[in-house]
Amino acid sequence: MSALTTYGQRPNVYPGKLFIVEGIDGSGKSTQLALLTQWLRSEGYLVTFSEWNSSQIVKATTSRGKKRQLLTPLTFSLIHATDFSDRLEQQIVPALKAGAIVLADRYVYTAFARDVARGVDGGWVRSLYRFAVPPTLAVYFRVPLDVALHRILSARPKLKYYEAGMDLRLSTDVTESYRLFQARIQHEYEGQVREFGLATMDATLPVEVQQRALRDMVRPHLHGVAASPATAALEDEERTA
Amino acid sequence: MRRFESYGQGVPGLELGDLSGWLIVIEGPDGVGRTTHVNRLRAHLEQLGYAVAETGLTRSDLASRGIRRAKQGNTLGANAFNLFYATDFADRLEQQIVPALRAGFVMITDRYVYSLIARAIVRGADPDWIKQVYSFALLPDAVYYLRIEAQQLVPRVLAEGPFDYWESGMDVPMGEDLYDSFVNYQGRIIHELDGLAREYGFHTLDATRDEDDIADELCASVTRVLMKKPSSATA
Repeated sequence: MSALTTYGQRPNVYPGKLFIVEGIDGSGKSTQLALLTQWLRSEGYLVTFSEWNSSQIVKATTSRGKKRQLLTPLTFSLIHATDFSDRLEQQIVPALKAGAIVLADRYVYTAFARDVARGVDGGWVRSLYRFAVPPTLAVYFRVPLDVALHRILSARPKLKYYEAGMDLRLSTDVTESYRLFQARIQHEYEGQVREFGLATMDATLPVEVQQRALRDMVRPHLHGVAASPATAALEDEERTA
Repeated sequence: MRRFESYGQGVPGLELGDLSGWLIVIEGPDGVGRTTHVNRLRAHLEQLGYAVAETGLTRSDLASRGIRRAKQGNTLGANAFNLFYATDFADRLEQQIVPALRAGFVMITDRYVYSLIARAIVRGADPDWIKQVYSFALLPDAVYYLRIEAQQLVPRVLAEGPFDYWESGMDVPMGEDLYDSFVNYQGRIIHELDGLAREYGFHTLDATRDEDDIADELCASVTRVLMKKPSSATA
């Protein structure tokens, strides 16, 4: 229809800082982000948190689509972009304008990895997310596939249909399908490390070693960030984190 | 021979080779009389022996409820709304339009991506971006655009009841009250549709003419389109 316009062109002009973590399931990124959140709050910064697939209004449709297996690669991609757009407009950008630190567990790179693993065109999905604000810092938690799979599968998880990539008919066995799907996603992530210059974390290191490294990555960006107003507000945010 | 094409990369995993029907689009602003003409066209084509199916905005199994709920509260961001409509459209394309074409039906769609592109642009979306989003859409066999001025829509819409909040663009909003906003909003939508009509080669029908005359022209034109591209199922 027209020249391709793509993600990464919208400037991040806001006083706040956006730190995001990415990685396949079992990479330990959520644990690290939780520790980072605690630390930033204890340092007195104003911190808000945004989680993938959590817009109140859109969630009902996404859940319905997943439960009834109505989603195709295309609608899976679009409903997640809808959710992301709502959170960006209503949570992330207002908080960045206010000078806060916004922490996001998964960002556009999750969509790029998962959707392309499902057969969606990589150029199209990058264009779809063109409205997204590029993060101040994006950290990719790199982990060997076997390590991540072991962390997830040894806990005997109830893998969900789309989570396991069952819609792709890679295997009739849920666990095998999950393995194959995660391998595809990891492949897409690795390509994005170069494409978007994602910072990488060796996610096989001990938790506390990773956390020290993560704080070192974040620290240079903290100049001029708004301070948390009061303990009351702090407690309120911790409830949602 | 391939009968259908997409604007861009197409729908992931969709083979276009076995689609044999026709995709006919009726475009135009709210209240211009699209429903009337869809019904008349349908009757005409069925009379000729064609199997006809229909779809229209926000009629998807996946997203129609969610969109309705979001409209009630008016709490969804403007851009998220654009993408919610795109989700609804994608679901209808995959679950309604494509199966009907595969079965050799004439698929009449009451508004297509063009209205969705227009409403997104009026709400501030970048035109290149929103067109790129919808580049998975199939090129219709023909697009008929019921053209009217916003002022001429007013009596038609009021005859059916009070101005609708969304049809008046009050989420933007575009005027002091519903009347002002309706005229401004529909005027901007029509302006965008005019541009899209040139860009995508719509067949424009003057909607201020007598209803029978419009229906005659529409039915005759669609019949010609159907004759020109015989169904591959019967070829």
